[in-house]
Amino acid sequence: MKKEDVPQDLSSLGRITKEVCYATDESGKYVKELSRGWDIKITALDAAWDDIGIRMAAAKEKVLSGKASPLLFFMERALMDTAILAGYTGFWKWQIKRHLKPGVFEKLGDKKLQRYAAVFNVSIGNLKSMNVNED
Amino acid sequence: MKIDFEHLQSAHCENGVTTNLLRNIGVSQITEPLAFGIGAGLFFAYIPLLKINNGPAIAFRTLPGLIFKRTCKSLGITVIRKKFSSREEAQMALDATLEAGQPAGCQVGVYYLPYFPKEYRFHFNAHNIVVFGKEGDQYLVSDPVMENTTTLSSYELERVRFAIGALAPKGQLYYPLRGNMVTDAQIAIAIEKGIKKNIRNMIGIPGPIAGVNGIRFTGKRIKKWRDNLGLHKAGLYLAQLVRMQEEIGTGGGGFRYIYAAFLQEAFAYQPKEELVKISASFTQAGDLWRTAAVQAAGIYKGRIGSQEDFNVMGDYLLEIAEMEKQAFTALSKIKWS
Repeated sequence: MKKEDVPQDLSSLGRITKEVCYATDESGKYVKELSRGWDIKITALDAAWDDIGIRMAAAKEKVLSGKASPLLFFMERALMDTAILAGYTGFWKWQIKRHLKPGVFEKLGDKKLQRYAAVFNVSIGNLKSMNVNED
Repeated sequence: MKIDFEHLQSAHCENGVTTNLLRNIGVSQITEPLAFGIGAGLFFAYIPLLKINNGPAIAFRTLPGLIFKRTCKSLGITVIRKKFSSREEAQMALDATLEAGQPAGCQVGVYYLPYFPKEYRFHFNAHNIVVFGKEGDQYLVSDPVMENTTTLSSYELERVRFAIGALAPKGQLYYPLRGNMVTDAQIAIAIEKGIKKNIRNMIGIPGPIAGVNGIRFTGKRIKKWRDNLGLHKAGLYLAQLVRMQEEIGTGGGGFRYIYAAFLQEAFAYQPKEELVKISASFTQAGDLWRTAAVQAAGIYKGRIGSQEDFNVMGDYLLEIAEMEKQAFTALSKIKWS
C-alpha cells in the first residue's frame, strides 16, 4: 500500500486515536503512516454489532414469551457465554443454566440478583424488566 | 512516581510493548518491524471447529506472548514473567516492580478497558500495555496502539488484568532484564533465526489449517459458505475475517505490510539483495488481502452476494496462498553466512 492510499475514513476509534499503518513512500521504502479508519472495516464492525442487536431482540422475544429468564437478554447484550458469566459472577455454569429458566429466576433472592446486576451494570429492577438505556 | 519511559506508538500492541520495553533497557536498535520479524510474528491459521464471537476462529499472527518471548530469547535477554491467583498479590507485585524503577508489561482484557470505544470492547484478553508509574490511585499507562499515554485507576486496572474467558491474563506481568548491550551482530543473527522460524511456521507445518495451507483451505471453505451458512451468516463470517485482518493492531493487510517493512529493515543488518525483493512480494500479498477485503465488504454490506461473488472471494485467498508460498520459499533459499 502506498502512503497516499492509506484510508482516512473517520471511525469511532479515529475520534480517540489515529492508528499506525505501514505503507511505502515514493522510493518504495516503508514508513509509519497514521490512519483515522477505513470504511471497509467500519462496516465489518457494524455488521458484527447489527448481529448482536438481532440476537438481543431474539432473546428479548424469548423472555417475553416465557421461554427464558432476562439473563439471556443481558448475556447477549454483554457478549457473554455461561463460562464468561460464571467467571465474572462467581456462580457455577450449572447454576447459571438453572437461572436461565424463568421459574427459577423469579425465585432468586436480591443477593444473587445483585451479583448479576453488578456484572451487567444495571439495577436489580432493570435486570428483571430488561429496561436498559443504550448509550 | 513516574518512571522515565518513552511511549512510541505502534500498529500492534505486543510489538509495541516489546519494542518500548526493550528500548527502555537500552536496546536502541529495536523497532516494531524488527520485533515482529525477529519474533516470527507472521502466521495464518483457521480452526474450523472453534468459534469466536459466533464467527470463525482466524488468526493472521502467531499466538499471543510469543513475539515478546522469541525476540527477547533471540537477543539473549532474560524475561521475568509472573502470573497471580490473588488480586492483592498482583497489585503488590506491580507496585514493587514500579517502585524498583522498572516499567511492567501487563496482559489485559479489552472488554472493561475504559479508554477504548464501546464498539471495540469484545471479550479479547490478549491485549498488552505497559504500566510506567503511579500517581495517587492512578496508574500511568502506555497503550502502544494509542497516540498518547493514558491512566487507569487501581480498580480499572485490576478489572482488566483479571478479565475472564479465553486467554485470561491472570494478572500477568512481564519485563525484560537489563543485561549486556545488544550488538548489531546479535541483531543480524536474531533476524536470520526469526526468518527461519517464520518459514517453518508458514510452509513447514503439516496439515491443512496452518500457514499458507490454511489460507488455501480458508479460500476453498469460503466458496462453500454461501450454501452451508446462508447469505446472512456467510456475510458475518467474512466481516469477522476482515476484522481479524485489518482491525487496529494489524498495520493493514493482515500484518503482511509490517513483515514487508521488517525485511527492508533486515537488509541493513543482513545485506542480501533478495530481502528487498522478497519484501516487495509481501507488499503485493498485503495489497491482495486488502482487495479481498473490499470484495468481502461488498458481500456483508449486501451490495453483492451471488455464488460467483463468493468464488471470486475464495480465489483471492488461493492466489494469496500461492504468492506467500513463493515468497517464503524464496526466503528459504537465502544463503546466510
